[in-house]
Amino acid sequence: MTTMTAVTVRDGNLALGGRPVLRAIDLEVRPGEVVALLGANGSGKSTLVRGLLGLAPWTSGEIRLFGVPHHEFRERHRIGFVPQQVQADSGVPATVLEVVSSGRLAHRRLLWPMRRADRDAVQAALRVVELADRQHDAVAELSGGQRQRVLIARALASEPDLLVLDEPLTGVDRHNQLAVRDSMRAMVATGATVLVVLHELGALAELIDRAVVLRDGRVTYDGPPPADDLLDELHAHHHPRPASSWPLRGGGPL
Amino acid sequence: MTLLQYDFMVRALLAALVTGLAAPAVGSYLVQRRLALMGDGIGHIAVTGVGLGLLTGTSPVWAAVVVTLLGAVVIELIRERGGTSGDVALALLFYGGIAGGVLVTGLAGGSAQTLQSYLFGSITTVSVADVWTVIGLAAGVIAISLGLAPQLFAVCQDEDFARVLGLRVRLYNVLTSALAAVTVTVAMRTVGLLLVSALMVVPVATAQQLTKGFKVTILTAMLLGAVASVGGVTTSFYVDVPPGSTIVLLALAGFVVAWPIGLWVRRHRQQAQPFDSDEPLPHVAVPESHAHRHGADCGHRAVEHGDHVDYVHDGHRHANHGDHYDEH
Repeated sequence: MTTMTAVTVRDGNLALGGRPVLRAIDLEVRPGEVVALLGANGSGKSTLVRGLLGLAPWTSGEIRLFGVPHHEFRERHRIGFVPQQVQADSGVPATVLEVVSSGRLAHRRLLWPMRRADRDAVQAALRVVELADRQHDAVAELSGGQRQRVLIARALASEPDLLVLDEPLTGVDRHNQLAVRDSMRAMVATGATVLVVLHELGALAELIDRAVVLRDGRVTYDGPPPADDLLDELHAHHHPRPASSWPLRGGGPL
Repeated sequence: MTLLQYDFMVRALLAALVTGLAAPAVGSYLVQRRLALMGDGIGHIAVTGVGLGLLTGTSPVWAAVVVTLLGAVVIELIRERGGTSGDVALALLFYGGIAGGVLVTGLAGGSAQTLQSYLFGSITTVSVADVWTVIGLAAGVIAISLGLAPQLFAVCQDEDFARVLGLRVRLYNVLTSALAAVTVTVAMRTVGLLLVSALMVVPVATAQQLTKGFKVTILTAMLLGAVASVGGVTTSFYVDVPPGSTIVLLALAGFVVAWPIGLWVRRHRQQAQPFDSDEPLPHVAVPESHAHRHGADCGHRAVEHGDHVDYVHDGHRHANHGDHYDEH
């Protein structure tokens, strides 16, 4: 590698339970870029980020994070991950502060208390998502959109160079979508690289430098962010038009 | 104090204290992972350990430690594979454990009486050596549970995220199960194998009625566990009741008291929950005539809402708007 990329995938193949999910993926993300991964449900976009993060095993291909082969990558604090939101609460209450602090663990040594820098980073992350005033509240008391912001703050607490978000707008109301956008904008301003899985560009459109569209586990588009109607066409196969617009043939349901 | 004049009571109280502290510490992580019944399962497996200890003429406690640790690792491996088959496999392991234990105890010539002292506890017959074993193991469990709290919390809260952080998730999961296994054997003499799980879970359930955070929950649960354990042993000294079940019933009594309070507190908090959105609302005047004037101490709960205050009035919120009130 001569030029350093944040993410490199060359001929990446990934199978889950024997079924190929990602096929011959080529992807490069340069430092400071904001890339959206788009595609219909089941196109493999979430699996791609899970593969990059080491949560799903690649069957073949060359995968590098910051120039380092992914299984040798040890600087975990450089990556911030915002998982797709799961509604299930954990069994024991946890405060916003506790959850966000757990994002700082990659910086901390075993059995050592949090240091000044750790606490400052956690507070800064809480301010970015505008939840500093709710830090002592239980996460379970927050709305779905606010919980999404907690997960973003948890990722930001690590002060990552690469922020990976999996569908951060899903199930989030407009007000919180704008809050998510503002948090991401703050990250982009620090020069961080962002890889975000989205169903549609929506509120984040203005931040996206480049879009990569997946279909059936292959990259079908890689370029400037497409307009929303073009996007519909790019994964039209998975969104059949409403029945009324189909030419009627011979009666009977399709 | 007459209670402390008896050596066996001092030993019993010490064993109860450390067990009461250790069990909820581990229980918090089990509850957080939604594995509240794990302690029960390990308790079943421990019966085989006790039986093997009796059969080989070694210490039943140490035999149980070894067998439950093995069981804990197997449970983790089965769980990791996931799916409903994992659930059934766990059941097989549990029932195999208890049936095997009864069988082996029978082979060893042990009576039902012998086994019963492990199933229901026999804290007043704890020997000096046993007390030191129990204290040592419990201290280890408490030290690890609290010392590695940040890591264990992260793994129990969100395994995927913990993995991305670079934490060795499998190692921590096995560690949690191993802690549970050791706790079961520690509590075996105090509350007995059948009620071990109660001491791990009930104080946590009680604590979280009133707490908002993980740290405060685990510490409160440990305190409640210790109070119930020491209280149960003390009660059984003055009144002729079995200590094990008294401990568990005391812990449950704590829950019965805390539950309605928790319900009320949560309701109260929900009422004061500000609205999430700051977009302007459509104007809706309160329909009925509203003679009451809301104010600083009018008896209605005041909730901040942007630049003004809403008053909680029979489940809705009223905001002052000139000569009338609006629904907010």
